[in-house]
Amino acid sequence: MTGWLHSCRRTSVPTLARHLIGVAVAAVALLGLTYVLDPFHDYQLATAAAYLCAAAGLTVLIGQNGQLSLGHGALMAVGAYTLAMVQNQFGDHGVIAQWTVVVSLAAGVVTATLAGTVIGLAAARLRGPYLAGLTLVVAIALPAVTTVFSGVFHGDQGMSVFLPPVPDQLGVDFPMERWQAWLAVAAALLTLLALANLVRGRFGRSMRAIRDNEVAASVAGIPVARVQVVAFVVSAACAGLGGGMFAVLAQSVSPDAFTLTLSLNLLLAVVVGGSGSLAGAVWGSLLLVLLRYWADQLTGGLALSAGLRTRLAGNLPLAVFGLLLIVVMMAAPGGVQGLLSRAGRWVGGRLIRRPSHRAEVPAPDAEPPAPVVSHS
Amino acid sequence: MFRSLHRIVAAATIAVLVAAAGACSQSGGSGSSGGSVPGVTDTEVVVGTHTPLTGPAAAGYSKISAAAKAYFDYVNANGGVNGRKITYKIMDDGYNPATTQQVVRQLVLQEKVFAILNGLGTPTHTGVLDFLNTNKVPDLFVASGSLSWNQPQKYPYTFGYNPDYTIEGKILATYLKANFAGRKVCTFGQNDDFGADGLKGVQAVLGANGVAHSETYDVTNTNVAPAIGALKQAGCQVTVSFSVPGFTALAIGTAAQIGFRTQWVVSNVGADYATLAALLKTAAGPLLEGVISDSYLPSVDDTSNGWVALFRRLNTQYNNNTPFDGNVEYGFSVGYLFVQALKAAGKNLTRQSIVDAVERNGFNGPGLFKLRFSKNDHSGYGGLQMGRVQGGKQTLFGPVYTTDDGSGAVTSMVASPAAPPANGIPT
Repeated sequence: MTGWLHSCRRTSVPTLARHLIGVAVAAVALLGLTYVLDPFHDYQLATAAAYLCAAAGLTVLIGQNGQLSLGHGALMAVGAYTLAMVQNQFGDHGVIAQWTVVVSLAAGVVTATLAGTVIGLAAARLRGPYLAGLTLVVAIALPAVTTVFSGVFHGDQGMSVFLPPVPDQLGVDFPMERWQAWLAVAAALLTLLALANLVRGRFGRSMRAIRDNEVAASVAGIPVARVQVVAFVVSAACAGLGGGMFAVLAQSVSPDAFTLTLSLNLLLAVVVGGSGSLAGAVWGSLLLVLLRYWADQLTGGLALSAGLRTRLAGNLPLAVFGLLLIVVMMAAPGGVQGLLSRAGRWVGGRLIRRPSHRAEVPAPDAEPPAPVVSHS
Repeated sequence: MFRSLHRIVAAATIAVLVAAAGACSQSGGSGSSGGSVPGVTDTEVVVGTHTPLTGPAAAGYSKISAAAKAYFDYVNANGGVNGRKITYKIMDDGYNPATTQQVVRQLVLQEKVFAILNGLGTPTHTGVLDFLNTNKVPDLFVASGSLSWNQPQKYPYTFGYNPDYTIEGKILATYLKANFAGRKVCTFGQNDDFGADGLKGVQAVLGANGVAHSETYDVTNTNVAPAIGALKQAGCQVTVSFSVPGFTALAIGTAAQIGFRTQWVVSNVGADYATLAALLKTAAGPLLEGVISDSYLPSVDDTSNGWVALFRRLNTQYNNNTPFDGNVEYGFSVGYLFVQALKAAGKNLTRQSIVDAVERNGFNGPGLFKLRFSKNDHSGYGGLQMGRVQGGKQTLFGPVYTTDDGSGAVTSMVASPAAPPANGIPT
């Protein structure tokens, strides 16, 4: 695979085509994977993919544009509740077809985009901790909306989401979880494709220029405020898609699924994976799912008293995540992906003995582990 | 220029490999049970539940699953059911619907349980109905009285246990109509189907205008002072509360603090005396005296009842002698009913055979009224007896009332429950 990529590198395949090929390869690999996994692991894969939709958008916002959002969990809620309401409308009117899910997901993306535009417009006027503060308020306040307007949103109980059954063509024994994994993986790959193209182009350069030095970017003719708003809106749309996928996976929405913890988890996924790197978002999203699972397995394997087990059940993953975050920040500020690409370069240098000048050319987007808050 | 893509592909590839490696190790373990009934072997049947062991609804409710498990331990010590020992996997969901989603999926997909037994809570269990029924997992004896459990066409695998809140509301309101005529009746309910179904029942008897004022609470917000203040403002003389024990205690305590004197009438799920007394501590005696409630199981203080005596004895032997309250009694009752259902399903236990067995019904248990299960009815107990706190004890009085969840009349009958088998295991 590496050889193939290197040969691509020498020819001049257009960026979009290259990304399309990459996505197609990943899609085929993941499709195969869903057949290897049992339903439970398919569901985990689907969950990680749903996280990835939101985390990928957030890592672009934080790592490439230098805006910190603690409110993306709330934007996911916007997407999820929209999907739930549109799907239930379809269900009430007897429209049972697979395309309804696509329409509802699109509706979720649109409402999240609108919400993101409102927040983004305010955000463009705020810097560093003030921006974080604003988005924090959104994350805390939005779930409460569901209990205030419980006639519409059904309060803490939430709503169940009407979903069309698995297509008949796939067979009677086709597990629901594999179908959900397909949907979620498709959404995640589309998100990655769109973001990879965005980051690679002129807009990506503008974002990074603003991140590195706002004044210089402004002097160079980059419309700073507009780029920042658009960056926020794009990441909000991704969060909306991720939230919609959450609703599809859980077949229900409730405010407790979208608390501040979710926003912080997304941030953790971004930072641990490697801020600004889409591949890092993949790592972070996988870790969000797997760490919880591993912690469960660990406590399940130990002989513990029932009380201690109960106390550990929810908290151990948080403790592990916190510890991991500290370790990563100290040992590898570039996150998992930074560590991996460093290791990859080292191994590559040893094995291939490339001409030294190639190894030294910094990648265009090689993130100087971007300070999470670049303006203060 | 190419690094980003390069990295994504590399990361995705490694992720696939890692996951595949995990899957291979996983599938080795689960391969042996291929083709058979999930969770059932010749010597074991694995069932699971979701229940709050932590969080706002844990008070009292956390004892239910432990009591059911204790009953299964007793049955297992006596050879199990049809040679199978019962393993009961209890998962804490903190009464949080989002967590319920996760733990139930874990139970069904990963732990491969045969059935979900007595999953607790209206808001929590509502979210997993579709999942359990699309996966054809028996969803037995839900610990809640929501009307949602009784939809045999839509959810053929789900069965209720508690009397639904609508018939409870109708029965409570009928009692109020007869004994508190002319008083201003208000309701205080949980802001979900629990409170809504209950209010619907009360209004079915008293009329839409019969309820002077109606307030709700959210489980995520423990500040009930505004709601209780509004009830005081409205001059409520009788307040019917559809609340979990933690919020019953909060409501009664808050009312006392602001000098709101009202006759409390509390749904059976939030009225267990021992649970409320533990929450209200020293103030419990005067605050709870005279509180009206209802029940479909015998009073835990009724020493003459054979079922209570049996469950107290097993509680001492198998449940670490936990203080015996309504929750412990409830847990034992559910355990007893499940063993009855397992027996009725026969030796060739399948998911369909236990559903059929429950629909055939004919179960005799500690309930004051019969279970309503049939092919077209998946709701649980159908009758309730009124009760009152007197001298620190919950006493039941009068006839057992029954009705339907529509506009049918409330009728009464004399309770005549069956006596328990001598060894406490259904035959």
